[in-house]
Amino acid sequence: MEQEYYVCTGCALLCDDIEIEVTDNKLSKVNNACLKGVARLKECAKPAECKVDGSNVNIDDAIKEASSILKNAPNPLIFGMGNSTTGAQKKAIELAKRTNAYIDDTSSFCQGPVIEAILGDRIRTCTLDEVKDYADVIVYWGADPSNSHPRHLSKYTYFPRGKERQRGWEEDRTAICIDVRKSDTAIICGDKFYQIPPQADEELIDALVSALSGKVPKVSFGMGPKKILELANLLKKAKFGVVCVGLGLIYSLSDIEPLVKLMNKLNDVSNFHLIPMVGQFNMRGFDHNLHEETGYINRARFQESGVEHGPQCSIVELLRTKNVDAALVIGSDPMSSLPGSIAKELLDIPVITIDPCMTMTSKKAKVAIASVTSGAECGGTAIRMDGVEVEFKPMIPTDSLSDEEILSRIMEAL
Amino acid sequence: MTNALEIYQLLPKTNCKQCGKATCMAFGAALLSREVTIDDCPPLKEDKFRENYEKLSQMITPSGEASESGMIVHTEKCIGCGNCVVACPVNVAEDPYGAGSGKAPTNENVILRVEDGVVRLSNVNQCRRFGKNKIMCNGCIVTCPTKAIEFV
Repeated sequence: MEQEYYVCTGCALLCDDIEIEVTDNKLSKVNNACLKGVARLKECAKPAECKVDGSNVNIDDAIKEASSILKNAPNPLIFGMGNSTTGAQKKAIELAKRTNAYIDDTSSFCQGPVIEAILGDRIRTCTLDEVKDYADVIVYWGADPSNSHPRHLSKYTYFPRGKERQRGWEEDRTAICIDVRKSDTAIICGDKFYQIPPQADEELIDALVSALSGKVPKVSFGMGPKKILELANLLKKAKFGVVCVGLGLIYSLSDIEPLVKLMNKLNDVSNFHLIPMVGQFNMRGFDHNLHEETGYINRARFQESGVEHGPQCSIVELLRTKNVDAALVIGSDPMSSLPGSIAKELLDIPVITIDPCMTMTSKKAKVAIASVTSGAECGGTAIRMDGVEVEFKPMIPTDSLSDEEILSRIMEAL
Repeated sequence: MTNALEIYQLLPKTNCKQCGKATCMAFGAALLSREVTIDDCPPLKEDKFRENYEKLSQMITPSGEASESGMIVHTEKCIGCGNCVVACPVNVAEDPYGAGSGKAPTNENVILRVEDGVVRLSNVNQCRRFGKNKIMCNGCIVTCPTKAIEFV
């Protein structure tokens, strides 16, 4: 019998080789997925319930209340959508247009700058399938995929055999890790681990650029020129290199320019590509969708006169300056991911959440709407961390509404 | 991985023979291969060795279901990343286009696969550490980020 494979929506790797066993319309076994994927696809520990002001209501009342909040707010914010399908994201953008809302997603304090540079053709990228077939040098910079994307090394980058990499990881590939601490990924990289102090990424980039130009590299921390030249030589000799950029690097750079400079230099002397280590399974999808619609990937505001864009439209700035009067949070938990001083502003405005699980945000929200888990109970499409569109089908049937259906119902009620 | 000498350092080193072994070093080696348990050493249970006893109990995790090739998978540490599944030379030979290429295993001959987020063993007799021609293959140990795989 031909095995039927499903797609895991645990992270932006969107592993497409998942086998499942279903009993009584529930997932009893999820095979080949990592623990992170299994945890997301199987039921959440605390499933969400539809609530208004803390008391249970049916979904129709919750949707009615949500739409009246959005209707009466002159400056609403729509945030999240990293865990929603492309269809739901398009609906959310449409809703933002209808309500003249601010719209932002987690990329505004995550991989946004890198995705912007990739979409603007400033940085060369490639797909993970190309990495599997051709890559011989893989650099993890400020990333620890062993914890964030457990199958990154085993499915695409380091361990698998590919077209031109038939002899496996021991002979054909080199994995390099640059990080501030000896992470689990650094342990796998062994002696190809380069430890740097926090905030020293830009300095190392400058040193690498000079090493690649044939100058003697110098850094103020305890890494000798010999060690940096050794790293530069590894990069120079690569036939097909890839830099997987994690949040560790993004957070330590004040802007993306040093990274662009390094990638250009690497491409002068060698052949290098960049892949952002996107977290939520369809965060990159949202950036693509909004880019298609407005030319910006995040931090936008729809107005009658056009689209406003800038740091003043990011969720952090909006909450800090108290410029929003309602928030619709879809499949995200800003209350726990934002700094406390910013997150507490969410307590002062009416918040609507759409989420399959109970989160810190939904507990404090005025209206909480329960949706289904995308990928387990509803299908759709999503964009993988490398920009490839992946289609997925539901694993189990459900009567509940998906994010997309809930957003359509809110729009009807407006 | 723990070695016999590290264990020996924590034993009483009196060669009292109460455990039935000739020396403490022999007991340490037996402990490593899970032939005996920490409680088989009576002096270790005395008060003055309490600290060593606790250290040893952290070092020597119970063998649980050690397979015939001596492999122990600590399921509580495993995160299901599948590094071992793809790196295992037997898996690659048996299933080059499935497990060997990073995808789901496509046949039943593989010895490691991920089920429900943790690695599971099958066809243990195919492991390179099994049988009379065994070699000290460590493909699955060195690739494990959480040190969830151990051989006794």
